[in-house]
Amino acid sequence: MKLPEDCRYSKQHEWIRVDGDGGTVGITDHAQKELGDVVFVELPEIGQVFSADEVLANVESVKAVSEVYAPVAGEVAAVNSVLDSAPELVNQDPYGEAWFVRIKLTDSIELDNLLTADQYRKYVEEESAG
Amino acid sequence: MRYLSTSSEQQAHMLKALGLHSAEDLLTSIPETIRLRSPLDLPPALSEPELLARFAELEAGNAPRILSFLGAGVNQHFIPLVIDSLCSRGEFLTSYTPYQAEISQGTLQAVFEFQTFICQLTGMEISNASMYDGSSALAEGVLMARRISRRRRVLVAGTVHPEYRAVVDTVTRHQDLTIQTVDHGGDGRLDPAELETRLGEDVGALVVQSPNFLGNLESLDVLADLCRQKGVLLVVNIAELLSLGIVRSPGSAGADIVCGEAQSLGISPGFGGPHVGFLATREKFVRNLPGRLVGQTVDRHGQRGYVLTLATREQHIRREKATSNICTNQNLTALMVTLFCSLLGRKGLRELAIQNVSKVQYGLAALRKLPVEILFEGPRFNEFVLRLNRPYEEVAERFHAAGVVPGLPLGQYDPRLGNALLVSITETKSKQDIDRLVELVKAAA
Amino acid sequence: MKFTRTGRHLALNEGLIFERSAPGRTGYDLPRLDVPGVDLGAALGADNLREPIPGFPEVSEVDVVRHFTRLASWNYSIDAGMYPLGSCTMKYNPRLNERVAAMKGLAEAHPLSPESLVQGSLEVLRLLADCLAEISGMDAVSLQPPAGACGELTGILMIRACLSSRGNPRRKVLIPDSAHGTNPASAVIAGYEVQSLKSDSRGCIDLNGLERAMNDEVAALMLTNPNTLGIFEQDIVSIARIVHDRGGLVYMDGANLNALMGITRPGNFGVDVLHINLHKTFSTPHGGGGPGAGPVAVKQVLEPFLPVPTVERREDRRYYLNYDRPDSIGRVKAFYGNFLTLVRALAYILANGAEGLKEASQVAILNANYIKHHLRDVYDLPYDEPILHEVVFSSRRQTRNNLTVMDLAKRLMDYGFHPPTVAFPLVVQGALMIEPSETESRQELDQFIHAMRCIAEEADSDPELLKQAPHSTRVSRLDEVRAARKPVLRWKPDEVGDQDS
Repeated sequence: MKLPEDCRYSKQHEWIRVDGDGGTVGITDHAQKELGDVVFVELPEIGQVFSADEVLANVESVKAVSEVYAPVAGEVAAVNSVLDSAPELVNQDPYGEAWFVRIKLTDSIELDNLLTADQYRKYVEEESAG
Repeated sequence: MRYLSTSSEQQAHMLKALGLHSAEDLLTSIPETIRLRSPLDLPPALSEPELLARFAELEAGNAPRILSFLGAGVNQHFIPLVIDSLCSRGEFLTSYTPYQAEISQGTLQAVFEFQTFICQLTGMEISNASMYDGSSALAEGVLMARRISRRRRVLVAGTVHPEYRAVVDTVTRHQDLTIQTVDHGGDGRLDPAELETRLGEDVGALVVQSPNFLGNLESLDVLADLCRQKGVLLVVNIAELLSLGIVRSPGSAGADIVCGEAQSLGISPGFGGPHVGFLATREKFVRNLPGRLVGQTVDRHGQRGYVLTLATREQHIRREKATSNICTNQNLTALMVTLFCSLLGRKGLRELAIQNVSKVQYGLAALRKLPVEILFEGPRFNEFVLRLNRPYEEVAERFHAAGVVPGLPLGQYDPRLGNALLVSITETKSKQDIDRLVELVKAAA
Repeated sequence: MKFTRTGRHLALNEGLIFERSAPGRTGYDLPRLDVPGVDLGAALGADNLREPIPGFPEVSEVDVVRHFTRLASWNYSIDAGMYPLGSCTMKYNPRLNERVAAMKGLAEAHPLSPESLVQGSLEVLRLLADCLAEISGMDAVSLQPPAGACGELTGILMIRACLSSRGNPRRKVLIPDSAHGTNPASAVIAGYEVQSLKSDSRGCIDLNGLERAMNDEVAALMLTNPNTLGIFEQDIVSIARIVHDRGGLVYMDGANLNALMGITRPGNFGVDVLHINLHKTFSTPHGGGGPGAGPVAVKQVLEPFLPVPTVERREDRRYYLNYDRPDSIGRVKAFYGNFLTLVRALAYILANGAEGLKEASQVAILNANYIKHHLRDVYDLPYDEPILHEVVFSSRRQTRNNLTVMDLAKRLMDYGFHPPTVAFPLVVQGALMIEPSETESRQELDQFIHAMRCIAEEADSDPELLKQAPHSTRVSRLDEVRAARKPVLRWKPDEVGDQDS
């Protein structure tokens, strides 16, 4: 399981990479493996405002739709429209080319509620063991 | 019973294998208190000859050999007999939804062909695998427009088929949208100037029918321009699909969603069903399109094949978040349309359409010489409105006695059209048939 | 047992009808136009005309017959063999039904004809409505819904209208987690929120859970009985009482009515409204996915809200369409339903009579139990309760070798069977939902059981064989990911060429 150290993770399997008062959001390597071949990503519109844990995007495989939640509150500053035509990137490069959105954080203190790479790894291991 | 393959002796053996004595032993989970204690009160079972005789009786309850000029969304056209012959094949008739693609390629490929035909006819980029009928296709088209536009108000032309409008009202009643009706202008078509004043910012879609319920072609390009300026989706309903054999496609005129009824192409009137609806749109709206879709792909050896695709829009995956509750298409009747289009082809569809236009013009020319009124003169395909000088009820018996149904009385839908009939003249009517109608109208006028 | 080739499909490389086209060919003949030709521009408006449609095929009648006969040969069908799709009730479709539905006087009647000229069609409607009311134990029936999902919507809309007339439509509909996906989707279109009810350890509605969930915000419980596990809800009378006591109504999805005919009736166990899938229980053909028919049957309390029109009989014994129903929810379909489908269902009921229908249900139940008995040592049975017409196994014992339930399903095709419903109901992991229906003979059942047992063995001994299955069909496993990522939903003229290479 790939887990870049420079990201924070949510228990719903999103990652966020913070840069100043903004952050880039995507889904984790573990999440893409669970989903299988991703065929479509439905992204929000620029300017939409989300609170933490609100549905930010939808990811579709052939036989399932999964919701992607905002790991923290914020306003959508950019969306990765490359995913419209190349959803397979989510499987190939979940932490890089397959970022979903950039958001402007409402309150950076919320980041403290998220997991570090180590904590997330343990969480996933416990979850799959249970 | 001839439809059962297990003799009572075999049943007894099977029960014994299960360690049971009687069929009753399998029903222990059904509480005694709610079991039926007496047989159902149904007519006695009929053998094949008896049943055929019984249905011949029922059939005889319908008046035979009526010369009917009824249309109004159920159109009488030529049906090549190859259609029935191929649709009766068990492989088409008795198969299920093609969830298992490898043993359903026949159905899947035929649907892919259907989707292509609908795109070609409507001038749209994509089409689904069909809907229940024209009325449900329209209701789904309206819901789809609401999802795409995110605006609450939908304007519907009063000249959309009244039964379709009734279905739209029922299906959309609890969907956070307001349906408003726009009346037609003096020429029986929408008046663009009047319409412009109604297209406010909260209007998500305009719904029109062409040819409309009064038989007139709407000016779709003018309406599409108006809609484009106001950011409104144009939904076009086609209740007489054969018209598109000669009439410019709604897609080329600028429609965003085209839906309708394809009964004209190879399906018998059947007292109202089963027919088949269709729903076509632009590629960019595909995720908002309800209903099944068949897509092309390849198998493990790279061989071309077809599958149900983009199923994540549908209820069996999305459940309460699905684009629609509909889980089926009208596959067999869609196949009839596919066969019809294949047989008639590029030349035949056009020739058949032109015959309709010609017959209507012949009938109109003769009727214009009588002391009756043709309402809403304008471009029309195979229907028109004829006003008698007295209520139809007063002369109905005279027509029926002569074995003729001259048209659909319109007063039941619009009191302003009290003495008027909607008359359909298709290629199934010979010159003599039309002359007979004209003679009877003359006598009744 | 080793795989053997079971046969070859005709014409493996039949392309699309559009690719058969050659200019100048036609597949029809029309009578010569017997009226003067017209100036199309003058009649229709020059701007309204179109050119002949590019890419529309030009083929002969022979081409059409060949093409579609070849396509037909690539389909499995109930005529060819057992089709054990759970909850779909694939039973034999009698040819007699087809014959009566093709009778000219019925097939060619126009729905807007004056009532006096179509008394026969109206009598068909009335007769069928009466039969369905008797079979279901309900008071009134609308034949208008063209399919089950539309019947669901119709039923929930009636519940909403009824509760509104009492002052409050309420907010929620309760639906068990084992329900068909159409149930929640239909409830939402009727303006309700959906609350899922967790099944208990028997796979049934949990009475305590229902007690807790059922309050004055709940409009209805939407249940399937027997449920999608094939289990009859034994507590149904208590369930209905809990819902009714708190002012709610009970909706039943009639998908599984084939288990109950002549044995018990929804009207006897507290159901207020149900839809009936005529293409399941009453033998009308599925046609590759429709048309079906989904009549709704109601108790007196919902009768005023039925769709318009209803078919009624005057004192002079003439039938008529009654539009004068002020409380009706309106129309759910143009005209009166899928009439010719209704004709077929009536033919089936009249051919069977009361005894025939009861025997059909009994044999359907026997067949399902026979399969359960002969496969339960091999396949895991997550809910080991008495079943009626269908049995749901889990494939978890067989899918340990990195296989999925779909691999098992695909392999069954090589043995000449259509697979059962898989991956549904959602409450069973790797579900194999088997409904043989009364149609299957003991020999057919034995062959099916044998195939299922062989596949279980192969799952252990040769998992790769299953992963690559099917091996005997026209096409091998199809790439669904590719179809969804880059959708190709129609043929286009510029794509002409051999894409098989």
